[in-house]
Amino acid sequence: MKIRRILSLMLRHFYLIKASLPRIVDLIYWPTVQIILWGFVSKFFTMHSSYFNNTAGIILSAAILYDFLFRSSISYNMLFLEEIWSRNLINLFVSPIKINEIVIALTCTALLRTMIGLVPAVLIAIPLFGISLLELGYPLILLLLSLYIFGITLGLLVTAGLVRFGPSFENIAWASLFFIAPIGCIYYPVEILPNWLQPIALALPLAHIFEETRSILITNTVHYSNIYYALMLNMIYLFLAICTFYYSFKTAKIKGSLINVGE
Amino acid sequence: MKQLEINNLQKIFGIFEAVKKINFSISENQTVALLGPNGCGKTTTIAMILGLITPTSGTITINNKILTKDHHYLAKMNFASPYVELPKKLKVIENLKVYAMMYEISNAKAKIEQLVEELNLAPILYKKTGELSSGQRNRVSLAKSIINDPKILLLDEPTASLDPDTGDFIRTFLETYKKKNSMAILLASHNMDEVTRLSDYILMMKEGSIIDEGTTGELIKKHGRHDLEEVFLKLARQNED
Repeated sequence: MKIRRILSLMLRHFYLIKASLPRIVDLIYWPTVQIILWGFVSKFFTMHSSYFNNTAGIILSAAILYDFLFRSSISYNMLFLEEIWSRNLINLFVSPIKINEIVIALTCTALLRTMIGLVPAVLIAIPLFGISLLELGYPLILLLLSLYIFGITLGLLVTAGLVRFGPSFENIAWASLFFIAPIGCIYYPVEILPNWLQPIALALPLAHIFEETRSILITNTVHYSNIYYALMLNMIYLFLAICTFYYSFKTAKIKGSLINVGE
Repeated sequence: MKQLEINNLQKIFGIFEAVKKINFSISENQTVALLGPNGCGKTTTIAMILGLITPTSGTITINNKILTKDHHYLAKMNFASPYVELPKKLKVIENLKVYAMMYEISNAKAKIEQLVEELNLAPILYKKTGELSSGQRNRVSLAKSIINDPKILLLDEPTASLDPDTGDFIRTFLETYKKKNSMAILLASHNMDEVTRLSDYILMMKEGSIIDEGTTGELIKKHGRHDLEEVFLKLARQNED
């Protein structure tokens, strides 16, 4: 593995981002809109019900964290789709850059893209709604790490589909996160779900991450078991996603579909 | 010295045999043209050499090393085709920098300056690649394809849809560059004048097999035709009735 080759692909996407103001605005716009929207919803609850007094921070924090997950995954997919749209994929595949280097380059660039979008939105929430993600304390780092790994895992799975089935898989890329959002228990506890659905929800890292977020914000206590489960599950899913990606790539080379993806 | 050697290379997609155990080799400073009607297996053959398609059987030997999963050979190989583009939203200089880095060119700045001069890229260096004419884009694509001083260059219709002047510029450049760098070139083209001018040896493919081969002169003489186009038509239409 060569750092220089990884950096070359990151540089390609850096050039793309810096050259386009609409692209940068787009990155910042959606997280900001999301946070402002949920901020006002939370404020409404705070003003109209004493029961919901504590929920403003919870909903908004969950919205910010969900957006972080959403951006990580979408950014990863976007970077790969960008290569398909620009018909550059073949140039990449015939260069010495290896698949693991492509994955690492996209993972790092996706983080950069995500941060460009999220940091302004998080900063806006502080003066506008008096809510800061930093209230979650240092477990925030572990929660963000967990979300990021899961976002990349989903990104890898979608990319595997794009490699194997071509650009027609693009719609799945956009819809991927909405599929699991209802059982991710982002805005409500796992108990809200029907009994039969709860084990499925608990098998995803998201339920543990958002359960922990609520726990910290409501009771001010950190349950490391939730963070531990989330990270463990993430490692399993990431491993499976990497295997799927490599399998897809290998199958695409046997079936000859790699040429159609790139052209 | 043989740069590329293909032995019994075969590709089967399901029940369709796209490439039927073909054999050929290319030595350094030699250009071999792969000719044949659409769907004859040219692209599949090139894709197998580039590692984009896994062969069903057979071997590809580069510089006396049989290719397996090791992709180190890709550092000394490159590819250009008008059907594969460089990122359109990046400036020409940015694309060249990215690929110089990807191919780990030790003195990238000097190499890019050399390419800019040789391929007359200075006037378009800071333009977005997507804003270039097809001739200009072709020159940039060619610059990318030789940025690593490849020992083997694969070209898929390098002058397709270019005006005669630009086409001639590219062909002259390729002739000079090949001699200077002892490069082996595999050329797939439908332009018979181009093939006549650039290639030292011709492989005629049809339905996945190499049905004839030789120099332009040998093929014309053998088939009793006036030029390569007539030879192509004869072989392509053979047994069609």
